[in-house]
Amino acid sequence: MKEGFNEAMKNGLKKWRFLPLVAAMAFILSGCGEPFLSALQPAGEVAQKQFNLMMLSVAIMVLVIIVVSIVYVIAVTRFRRSKLGEDFIPKQVEGSHRLEVIWTVIPIILLLILAVPTVALTFELGDQSGAEAEDEEGNREALVVDVRANLYWWEFSYPDQGIVTAQELVVPTDQNVYFNVIASDVKHSFWIPAVGGKIDTNVDNMNKFYLSFDSERAEEANNLFYGKCAELCGPSHALMDFKVKTMGEEDFNQWVTAMQEAGEAEQQFESDTVADGYAVFEDTGCIGCHAINPTQQIGTSSGPNLTTFGEREHVAGILDNKDSEEVQAENIKNWIRNSPDLKPGNEMPVYNQDDLSDEDLDALTEFLMSLKVNNE
Amino acid sequence: MSTVAEKRGFLAVLWDYLTTVDHKKIAILYLVSGGFFFLVGGIEAMLIRIQLAVPDNDFVSAGFYNELLTMHGTTMIFLAAMPLLFAFMNAVVPLQIGARDVAFPFLNSLGFWLFFFGGIFLNLSWFLGGAPDAGWTSYASLSIASDGHGIDFYVLGLQISGAGTLIAGINFLVTIINMRAPGMTYMRMPLFTWSTFVASALILFAFPPLTVGLFLMLFDRMFGANFFDVTMGGNTIIWEHLFWIFGHPEVYILILPAFGIFSDIISTFSKKRLFGYAAMVFATVLIGFLGFMVWAHHMFTTGLGPTANAIFAVATMAIAVPTGVKIFNWLLTMWGGSIRFTTPMLYAVAFIPSFVAGGVTGVMLASAPADYQYHDSYFVVAHFHYVIIGGVVLGLLAGTHFYWPKMFGTMLNETLGKITFWLFLIGFHGTFFIQHFLGLMGMPRRIWKYLPNQGLDLFNMISTVGAFFMAVAVIVLLANVIITQVKNVRVGNDPWGDGRTLEWAISSPPPYYNFKQLPLVRGLDPLWIEKMEGRTEMTPAEPLGDIHMPNSSFIPFVMSLGLFIAAFGAMYQIDWRASDGADYVWSLPVLIIGMGITIGSMAVRSLKDDHGYHIHKEELMDDHDKGGRE
Repeated sequence: MKEGFNEAMKNGLKKWRFLPLVAAMAFILSGCGEPFLSALQPAGEVAQKQFNLMMLSVAIMVLVIIVVSIVYVIAVTRFRRSKLGEDFIPKQVEGSHRLEVIWTVIPIILLLILAVPTVALTFELGDQSGAEAEDEEGNREALVVDVRANLYWWEFSYPDQGIVTAQELVVPTDQNVYFNVIASDVKHSFWIPAVGGKIDTNVDNMNKFYLSFDSERAEEANNLFYGKCAELCGPSHALMDFKVKTMGEEDFNQWVTAMQEAGEAEQQFESDTVADGYAVFEDTGCIGCHAINPTQQIGTSSGPNLTTFGEREHVAGILDNKDSEEVQAENIKNWIRNSPDLKPGNEMPVYNQDDLSDEDLDALTEFLMSLKVNNE
Repeated sequence: MSTVAEKRGFLAVLWDYLTTVDHKKIAILYLVSGGFFFLVGGIEAMLIRIQLAVPDNDFVSAGFYNELLTMHGTTMIFLAAMPLLFAFMNAVVPLQIGARDVAFPFLNSLGFWLFFFGGIFLNLSWFLGGAPDAGWTSYASLSIASDGHGIDFYVLGLQISGAGTLIAGINFLVTIINMRAPGMTYMRMPLFTWSTFVASALILFAFPPLTVGLFLMLFDRMFGANFFDVTMGGNTIIWEHLFWIFGHPEVYILILPAFGIFSDIISTFSKKRLFGYAAMVFATVLIGFLGFMVWAHHMFTTGLGPTANAIFAVATMAIAVPTGVKIFNWLLTMWGGSIRFTTPMLYAVAFIPSFVAGGVTGVMLASAPADYQYHDSYFVVAHFHYVIIGGVVLGLLAGTHFYWPKMFGTMLNETLGKITFWLFLIGFHGTFFIQHFLGLMGMPRRIWKYLPNQGLDLFNMISTVGAFFMAVAVIVLLANVIITQVKNVRVGNDPWGDGRTLEWAISSPPPYYNFKQLPLVRGLDPLWIEKMEGRTEMTPAEPLGDIHMPNSSFIPFVMSLGLFIAAFGAMYQIDWRASDGADYVWSLPVLIIGMGITIGSMAVRSLKDDHGYHIHKEELMDDHDKGGRE
């Protein structure tokens, strides 16, 4: 796949007439931002192609700016009245037919240089046929993920695998992943900047597109990309983050198997506290919105599925657990008690001391932290 | 403003302005109220930048932030930029074509008061339960879901002020077609008049789609319709189309008059006729035409499919060609000229690179696959602030300094003007240049806060510092205005000394009837032609005769007031119906009374003949261009 990348880069670059400029631009810009978030550090084929197109357009535009700047600087320095004197009457030139033609035709040519790859890539990225390809047994070859955007949380279900997760998208690297996206309340937009451009999650219809995740670049980002909601959707639009965990194909298959098994397994509790926590989870009504089985309430739940909650790097997509169980416990409790402050306008009810005693909260937290699928 | 006014007392002046149909006074009304809304929108912008100065900031709350960003955009576009442009159109266009007034002075007044009451209504939302919070685009799924009356204020306020804008646009079209002085052919019109003409045509065609969209939303929110409710078979994408079929031409409605102001300023202070005048006119018309062909580039990520995206991408790129033609013609106008760097000229000279920067990012955005990355990120925020501030606002500031003497008869202080200019320019680039990178680094637009450790902290801080420079610049400008008006040093016809067009052939401010005798126009830049032949005044095209003038009227004010009152009724009848008639019982009567006032004043206007009055020849002969207002 990586070779495919380089090839794509080379093929793209051969056609370009501004190679040095592009290289310089790309070098300067790639220093910008964080590898897990920045569109300037493309971490997949789609992002790379979009980045290349950006650099082509930047190069053409820099060329235009240079020409304009030269004429501009000469004009404003040479023709000052302070130099020419008050009495100087400039020649009243009407215009120049030849010049008009030149600065009409050259921009058209420059735009054509940009328009051709633009149209080509528009159709290439719009091509969803890969999602339909089947192997001999009639199984779909590519991975398809159904994305459902909700007021401030994301659901990712895998229709062919029959499993669902939330807030953390899990994907295999170095292959095209096809997304069907829709919103269940108001319009949102699904964006993983480092991996590719966005697509709106409409309330009216399902949109489709694909992305691919490059394994090497993913490693630089510690296999965790940040995803964002890009369409204003209410007070906590800014906090509607999700995360993307990338892994090799084998690891991914293992994860799928583990999820499927978790869906069938009986609920088992590591300790009495965890069992108590589960009782709280049921009694307080958490279970009404939050499934803890990866095969249930797919596409219908009114809260994120919590099957892998204990493994997530963030609580509610925003509170960083920092790989520490204490911080994680702290975050969970903070969220349950103060969710309206942490994500204003979110739909989860508040649970204060009267609804949920501190003891119960402790047990619930233990239980939530125990929700894991990968027990390596 | 003048000494005459002081003698007449405050109430008399107020009454004069409430009833005036004089384009020069309406220009001042637009300038003052547009300026006021500009300050309001600016304060909203400052609050936004303070909130985003540091990560995870809690300076304003999430809901309030969304109200701020919505009202900032809506206010700046509808209530600041457009009215301020109308101020200069009103002040200058009739003079530039040698007309006594606009074609429909009564409608001119009506247009202003509709805009004014619409704007006031929209801003009252701050005090009546919360402002609109779904962005200036007010996308349907979110705006239908929005609680409270914020969106209702948006819909009703824009509907009222939009009617005013449409009326103003039609008025300028008719004025420019019909009221040109003898010899003022289309191809002799100054570029500001030309761009006003094209922008007015755009208003004529672009505002109806907005009106339709707003009506659909008004019915959805206030009368239980379901145009945008997907669960009832509605469709939210329709709103996006309607909004952008209006919204894209809207940006050209803003930028074309600014281009016109700059064309006149560059030509004036280069002491040279505009290079490639015919090409400039053609480019203006072409931009206006293409402006209607590209709306879906705001919707590349909506999922219209690759065919639509490709077509709109290429169409959008095409606009760069006429825009490029304009840029080079401006450069070549300065080339070989004799450039004097007055404050307006500084703005014009700074505009060229600023707008080129905004223009090239526009072409980058046109490239659909790359736009999937830029869309709804800070890159877009940077882009449209580059074209709107770098183009429109610089144009407005240039126009303010350039036309101030013509509007008020005094000169703004040049030193303070230049201080404003430098502070504003530095602040503008400091605020927005860096936002291109923020967008590409993964920062979505319209976010209330960003969390730390995402590499976004430093650039956001820089951006906020830049915003403060702009704020200080505006304060200096205000001080300049006050100082200038207090000193009240009167100036003559052509205070810049380089005037080329008809407005500089008349006293500052002009007498209320404008030209005593209509001037004879013998070519492009008519005053320059006369100057080159050693004259200081225009040759009259007619003998001195009686002048027919329109009467002042209070009806436009009342007519607009009626709609303003009705809007409250329309809005609170939602609560009246929701409470099964228990609360807000006054709402329906208020709606009916308000509409009654409007329709009643229309009837009065229609049934009562108002023939105006005549200024007689003898009075005109006594009046030696005193230069004061009536």
